[in-house]
Amino acid sequence: MLGTAHDNPKVAALKEALLSAAITFLVMAPISGIVLKGYAFEADFTVPVYAALIVFVLRLAILLLEQNETGRKILVRLSPSKGGGVTVAKPGGVPWLRFILPLLFIAGLVLPFFLGKYWLTVVILAMIYVLLGLGLNIVVGLAGLLDLGFVAFYAVGAYMFALGSQYWGLGFWTALPLAAATAALFGGMLGFPVLRMHGDYLAIVTLGFGEIIRLVLNNWTSFTGGPNGVSAPNPTLFNLEFSRSAKIEGNIPFHEFFGIPYDSSLKYLFIYMVLFLVVCAMIYFVNRLRLMPMGRAWEALREDEIACRSMGINHVTVKLSAFMMGAMTGGIGGVFFAAYQGFVNPSSFTFFESALILAIVVLGGMGSVVGVIIAALVLTILPEALRDFADYRVLIFGILMVVMMIWKPRGLIRIHRPYFRVKGGKA
Amino acid sequence: MSLLRVNNLSMRFGGILALNQVSFEVQPGSISALIGPNGAGKTTVFNCVTGFYKATEGHIDLDDNGRHTDLVKVLGERFRVGDFFNPKAFGDRLYYKALGGSHRVAQAGVARTFQNIRLFREMTVLENLLVAQHNQLDRNIIHGVLNTRRYRRSEKQALETAMHWLEIVDLGPDANRLAGELPYGHQRRLEIARSMCTSPCLICLDEPAAGLNPRETGELSRLIRTLRDEHKVTVLLIEHDMGLVMEISEHIVVLDYGQVIAAGDPKTIEADPKVLAAYLGTEEEEGHE
Repeated sequence: MLGTAHDNPKVAALKEALLSAAITFLVMAPISGIVLKGYAFEADFTVPVYAALIVFVLRLAILLLEQNETGRKILVRLSPSKGGGVTVAKPGGVPWLRFILPLLFIAGLVLPFFLGKYWLTVVILAMIYVLLGLGLNIVVGLAGLLDLGFVAFYAVGAYMFALGSQYWGLGFWTALPLAAATAALFGGMLGFPVLRMHGDYLAIVTLGFGEIIRLVLNNWTSFTGGPNGVSAPNPTLFNLEFSRSAKIEGNIPFHEFFGIPYDSSLKYLFIYMVLFLVVCAMIYFVNRLRLMPMGRAWEALREDEIACRSMGINHVTVKLSAFMMGAMTGGIGGVFFAAYQGFVNPSSFTFFESALILAIVVLGGMGSVVGVIIAALVLTILPEALRDFADYRVLIFGILMVVMMIWKPRGLIRIHRPYFRVKGGKA
Repeated sequence: MSLLRVNNLSMRFGGILALNQVSFEVQPGSISALIGPNGAGKTTVFNCVTGFYKATEGHIDLDDNGRHTDLVKVLGERFRVGDFFNPKAFGDRLYYKALGGSHRVAQAGVARTFQNIRLFREMTVLENLLVAQHNQLDRNIIHGVLNTRRYRRSEKQALETAMHWLEIVDLGPDANRLAGELPYGHQRRLEIARSMCTSPCLICLDEPAAGLNPRETGELSRLIRTLRDEHKVTVLLIEHDMGLVMEISEHIVVLDYGQVIAAGDPKTIEADPKVLAAYLGTEEEEGHE
């Protein structure tokens, strides 16, 4: 750009990279170079200089790679994927999947024994987001209904457990199905009147619903404890409590029963195990659903609602089933969240949560189960690993989203349609 | 007794009267055509018959072997004053208001295709046909998740039906391709196969020959005949290709400006001066200008 035709291409590349770095510095300097110290501003240009350096190196690398054959090949491989993100699965399926899946399952089961308490809690949170991602994936990815208030069902589940134990003495295991049912009921209640709407309108209604639930929890102080929240009891295994001493008369703490010393991470270990099994069951369930008439109808509805109606599919009930199924999953996630935190309050259920769950689904590739799992793990574990950059977490998150949308607009994982083996049909 | 009876059908969009007192009948086992110049209201009639529009006035009745369906009622009508004194009528109307809709029309046995093809483009050809059989399948979630024998039998049967129809429209080799990838002519045929998978008694084809070359049009007319002769389905079609219409249809209804101007067999229609006037304009009219 800057150099003339006679310039050595390497020099031209250097010039252009320098120019990019200069622009970066100019843009970044006023934003993060001037720091408020007390009542005065102070110039601290380390961050902009680093940013400019990073841009310089990357730009130079790209320009130099463009100048030779192998470099271009690398760039092509890294360039945005073109065309639709959908292919038909191979006839035989993935041959090594039969060995990988049990290995992954066993790895998931033994993993917590190698983690410290801190990382165990991080992994539990990641698993909760996997569950939420799978739930929202049903609504957004499969049925194509943009739901911006998914966190409402998460909140319903969490509060069902916390309030249920406070008012009616419900335990973890009773709360689990009850919360799933209640969340599904809320999903149905919201869904039935609004599911005749399309796209943007539905998104706004669900957004409003999410906020309504949060505001009710926040302001109905006499019932929900308002912003002070409610405490949730520890989970139990056959009436064995995971606490130092039994909270409920007649129960024995887990460690006393087995005669092992008390360890506070036992509770997390237990939650992880149950959660892991629930997530596995959910993955199996969603994968089955995609092959079942119900899942097919959801996807058909996403593709073309009018065509669906012309074939006798009741679009309202089909949407409702997707909505309720998603809400149910969210509710189950909520119970685990309450049990894991031991305490819930409305500030855990803000719009940002909904946005994060939606980001997981979009990033993973709408409708792809594997993609959603990877995205959920990345988006929850990465911020923990990047604690040192806590100030820039949201910035990195934003950059990641933009880059992903340019690089792989259809999400991380390509969607495979099922292949049917039929007589006479060649593929 | 006729299969479809359209009686004094009127459709108003704001101030525009798109259909004005349209009446016609379709005999079971016939191939009928709805023709007329552009903007005459053909597609509006289709949308009313298949339940995508709620008619402003008039009745549409379907009589499939003694099974009678009121195609206007199932869409869910407005409440009338009388309903509040008649609990049964009230309950009926409430039921259809909550759970009615165009899918009821399809369930009653009216299938359709669209002028601009509406396939599930990112699903495979077979999946498209399986979705069409949704209402005939075992939809129990528990059966599906546990993959019970009953569920597998129902899926297997659906696959067989789908393959059967793919063979008829000659798309067997494309079974496992994405519907959106198919060439245009194949997509048209797939859409017909898909609507046939709902096992209808009446199939409404909206400009099935649009965008097809003469050879493909020839194949289409054979296909439509096969549907009627071998699969005992009544065909109602909208078409601009007069050659095709005159060749295959037994009964033709001509629409112009939202009104039926002529109806009868191809010979009568061909000779009808009103139809010629609608299509070509008359000398008198030109003289006035």
